[in-house]
Amino acid sequence: MNLPAMETGLLLAGILFILGLLSVLIRRNTLFMLMSVEIMLNAAGLAFIVAGARWGQPDGQVMFLFILAMAAAEVSVGLALILQIHHQLNTIDSDAANRMKG
Amino acid sequence: MTLWLIPALPYLGALILILAGSKLSKQMAGIIGCGSMGLSALWTGVTGIAFLSGGREPVRLQLWEWFDVAGWNPGVTLYFDSLSLVFTFVITFVGFLIHVYSTGYMARDEGFNRFFAYLNLFVGSMLMLVLADNLLLLYLGWEGVGLCSYLLIGFWYQDPANGAAARKAFIVTRIGDTAFAIGLFMLFQTLGTLNIGAILAEAGSALSGDGAASWPGGPAGATAIALLLVGGAVGKSAQIPLQTWLPDAMAGPTPVSALIHAATMVTAGVYLIARMHGIFELSPVSMQVVSLIGTITLLVAGCSALCQSDLKRVLAYSTISQIGYMFLALGLGAWSAAIFHFFTHAFFKALLFLGAGAIIESLHHEQNIFRMGGLRKELPVVFITFLIGSASLAALPLVTAGFFSKDQILWMAFAGEHGSLGLWIAASVGAFLTALYTFRMVFVTFWGETKTPVTHRPGKAMTIPLIILALFSLLAGFIEVPHNLGHITLFSSFLASVLPSPELITDSLLMEWMSQAAAALLTLGGIGLAYEYYVRNPQSLAGMKRNTGALQRFFHSGFGFDRLYDSLLIQPYTWLARVNRRDITDSLYTGLARFSIWLHRQSAQTQTGILRHYLLGAAIGALIILTISIFI
Amino acid sequence: MILVWLILILLLGGLLSWLASRWNVLLARWIALGAVAVNFVLTAGIWFGNPVPVGWVAELDLEWIPRFGIHFHLALDGLSLLMLLLTFFLGMLGVLCSWKEISYRPGFFHFNLLWVLAGITGVFLTMDLFLFYFFWEVMLIPMYFLIGIWGHANRIYAAFKFFIFTQASGLFMLLAILSLYYVQAQQTGVYSFDYFDFLETPLPFKTAQWLMFGFLIAFIVKLPAFPFHNWLPDAHGEAPTAGSLVLAGLLLKTGAYGLLRFVVPLFPEPAMAFAPWGMLMGVIGILYGGKLAFAQNDLKRLIAYTSVSHMGFVMLGVFAFTELAYQGVVMQMITHGISTGALFLLAGMLYERTHTRDITRMGGLWKSSPALGAAMMVFVMASLGLPGLGNFIAEFLTLNGSWPANRLLTALAAVGLVIATVYSLRIMQKVFFGPMPQTWPAADLKPREYLIMIPLIAAIIWLGLFPQKTIETSGHAVTEISLKKGGSR
Repeated sequence: MNLPAMETGLLLAGILFILGLLSVLIRRNTLFMLMSVEIMLNAAGLAFIVAGARWGQPDGQVMFLFILAMAAAEVSVGLALILQIHHQLNTIDSDAANRMKG
Repeated sequence: MTLWLIPALPYLGALILILAGSKLSKQMAGIIGCGSMGLSALWTGVTGIAFLSGGREPVRLQLWEWFDVAGWNPGVTLYFDSLSLVFTFVITFVGFLIHVYSTGYMARDEGFNRFFAYLNLFVGSMLMLVLADNLLLLYLGWEGVGLCSYLLIGFWYQDPANGAAARKAFIVTRIGDTAFAIGLFMLFQTLGTLNIGAILAEAGSALSGDGAASWPGGPAGATAIALLLVGGAVGKSAQIPLQTWLPDAMAGPTPVSALIHAATMVTAGVYLIARMHGIFELSPVSMQVVSLIGTITLLVAGCSALCQSDLKRVLAYSTISQIGYMFLALGLGAWSAAIFHFFTHAFFKALLFLGAGAIIESLHHEQNIFRMGGLRKELPVVFITFLIGSASLAALPLVTAGFFSKDQILWMAFAGEHGSLGLWIAASVGAFLTALYTFRMVFVTFWGETKTPVTHRPGKAMTIPLIILALFSLLAGFIEVPHNLGHITLFSSFLASVLPSPELITDSLLMEWMSQAAAALLTLGGIGLAYEYYVRNPQSLAGMKRNTGALQRFFHSGFGFDRLYDSLLIQPYTWLARVNRRDITDSLYTGLARFSIWLHRQSAQTQTGILRHYLLGAAIGALIILTISIFI
Repeated sequence: MILVWLILILLLGGLLSWLASRWNVLLARWIALGAVAVNFVLTAGIWFGNPVPVGWVAELDLEWIPRFGIHFHLALDGLSLLMLLLTFFLGMLGVLCSWKEISYRPGFFHFNLLWVLAGITGVFLTMDLFLFYFFWEVMLIPMYFLIGIWGHANRIYAAFKFFIFTQASGLFMLLAILSLYYVQAQQTGVYSFDYFDFLETPLPFKTAQWLMFGFLIAFIVKLPAFPFHNWLPDAHGEAPTAGSLVLAGLLLKTGAYGLLRFVVPLFPEPAMAFAPWGMLMGVIGILYGGKLAFAQNDLKRLIAYTSVSHMGFVMLGVFAFTELAYQGVVMQMITHGISTGALFLLAGMLYERTHTRDITRMGGLWKSSPALGAAMMVFVMASLGLPGLGNFIAEFLTLNGSWPANRLLTALAAVGLVIATVYSLRIMQKVFFGPMPQTWPAADLKPREYLIMIPLIAAIIWLGLFPQKTIETSGHAVTEISLKKGGSR
């Protein structure tokens, strides 16, 4: 395999993203789902950085910093939600939280 | 000009009685009711004398302009000519007598004041009808009397049967009125006015030109208008095919039957046709239709009257039959003969009804003639006056008013320009039937043995109107006597300024004598037959009853018209109303609502509440969008 | 300026009444009554000052959102004047009839009642189509509350049905207004919602036709004409008495007013092309509404269906395009407002006495309440078109004016008179005549009820015998509209 740096980077980001997505879809444990979301976020961040490197621009890295900040906020909200779910339902199985079904 | 007082007085009486009805004593209400009527009658007399002595010029009096739209400005305008005078006289004079009679008849009724309020309202509306200068105002009176007829038939409102009869009367006549209204639309479109004088002038100029062809609406238009007016007249005057309401209308108090359903309101149709004679003269077809309706009605109603056992229903069918004679006369173009028959009929039929009322009240509200009998000695005044009325109805030759008026119609049916032998024969058969059913009624009621004891005798308030009406029933005929018997034409020459006189195709004296002799013989034969069957030889009747039971039942039901209309119109309509009570078009919208609820249920299925399903959906959606954006 | 006051007094009166009800309910009622009465007096003052108005009597044109050419434009001509008189007349009676009936949150009730009236007033006055749509909605929402909060058992369903029907049809009108705005801007370069500008805009026939349907659908749902009448029996039947009164007496009239004010003058050619269908819808409405009225046992539903039947005459007359018919339509709007309003008031009074709306359970009430019966008799007779009462003038003019336009349909509409007789007499028979199935604690009319009924009876008889004053008032406006027909623009 002798791909240029950008394609390799993007491929890696893609694989990471799909891995994250699949595990969000498969996992029922909300904690793991949250971690998988983090993986997806980081995959997107990686894609930004690779693209930034390709064009020699700082924008990619700026976006990654944004994503980091956002992810931190998201984790804090997410963890709070998980605590609430555990508090209400005595489990952190996401399928148990289906009271909003139509 | 004080013409307006004539209708205003009864209206005023009605207004006082309605507004203050519950606070007035019966005596006070009687005084107001009769007083306003009496004054109105008096004022009619004064106006009539002024009219007669003042050169007989028609009087037009505009009270106010009703409305003015797009150049059409019918006024609330009274018009007084000799035709109006005849009707006004009968309405106020007979009306006054009936009011007086009612103070006795209704004396113990708790709705006394209400009764007089309605009665006065009726007289006022009836006067508006005959005094109206334009057809729209006439229509106001026309519907007004319909309302009062409804109110008075259903006067004893607690019995649902009375209510049903009242509604039937209103609805059936309303069917005719609707035809009348459509006729008015047509007239208005043709001429742009509903003023009677203008319409007649237009018709007259068409007639003196080249006939119906020069009528603005063409001959077909004239015929259509005439027939629509006949529709209205047929409803109001209870002629076939809209006659069914009148026998049921007898549910009202008897003075009402006398005033509204014998003397005045039911002859409004006759007035309408006579008033609009110009249009009918333009359309020979409509004249034939009118005479045909009259002939059929007089025969059908005569047969029905033969088989009734309720005293008032006999009289009701007889009224239908006699108005049939008037229609026949109108159809023959014998306008003044029709009005003359109306004139005499008003007296003797009011007399008969009032007499019947006296009998019914004396027998404690017994109406079946077969449970009466022997009243000759018990109620002598009623007997004599009733006999006079009956003789007049049966047209007993030479001495009664009915003879002279009916003879004129018979002679016109034979010798008039529109007459024919067939019409004459039918009318003569009708005369025979009239005599038969009238004296059947008289003999069964007054002869034989007493079956129901007399509990109560009529007082003066009731007998005096009877006597006055009896006098009129005898004498009113002498103002118009055929020329072979003395030739007095006071009545027809009085009306000549309004109504043209018909041309005779034969003026053979011999034929006239023959016609009169035949009619007289038929009348006497009818009376004789009734005497034979109901007084001398009642057993022979039993056999006939057996043999002709079905026919009698058919006659008794008034030729089954009620049943026909019931199954043809009423049943389908009520059925339709019943099945579609919830309004079928609503299902369109509830269907739409149900569909959207169903759709909502379907899409709600996808909302499982499981987070991962939503995520999968989002991922697939994103994938699809990406695919589309890349490849397209 | 007086025109703004007419609306403002109602809006402020509503708010004040709501506020006042926190301390004193009676005060709230008096404030509401006073506000409407002041308006009535003001309008009557305009009328007496100008009994035969020619053109626009009063006008007010302020800029509202100049960027979009939206004005606060009110104007009053004879037609609007009559409608306003009717509005405030019935409005006062609406407050009066709720005096005893409404005890739950009376302040909010009067707030809603007055705001509906304000919306109706606005609809009758605006000459700016954006503002018109605004008022069209203003009258809708308080009405929804009136039905939904103070109605009878099935009120929520009825309120929703009413709201959805009128709202959905109103949206078509909004679309049409906006398209008209852009079409006009394209053609003339003027961005304006003004009625008078629209009158001058020439439109291609096809476009005009589509736009007309947008307006038409809003108005004939409100009227209501035959296939769109389904909201009406539910809304009328379930609303409180004042609600039914305002609905039948006034809200329906906004539909008729819209047809006369907007559909015919703005789109004469397509309206002419639609005329046979419009008349047909009218006739079907007359006959079908009458038939359904006959079938009902619920008194208020029955009266509601008679409205469908009577509004058929409006449809028939509007699309007959003759001056007689237009004048008949205007008369029909007024007399129907009075007579049907009175019938609903009477139904309310009967309900207070018998606690039922089922006429098969009533009967023989004449004995205990003859004055109530007499009042009912007058309005039942008005409803079947008895001459001497206002409705006769209206119906006769409409039919007489429609006859030249289409004979067959007019004849069929005349059959409606017979059907009206059938259902009208049924009311009298079932409620007041016949035997009494049970003894009601029914009393006759009380002074407050006399105060309500006497002006109504006087008005309907006055309109029947002396209609000329009314006809003169709207005469000029109606002639203007009738001159607008086909191709004269």
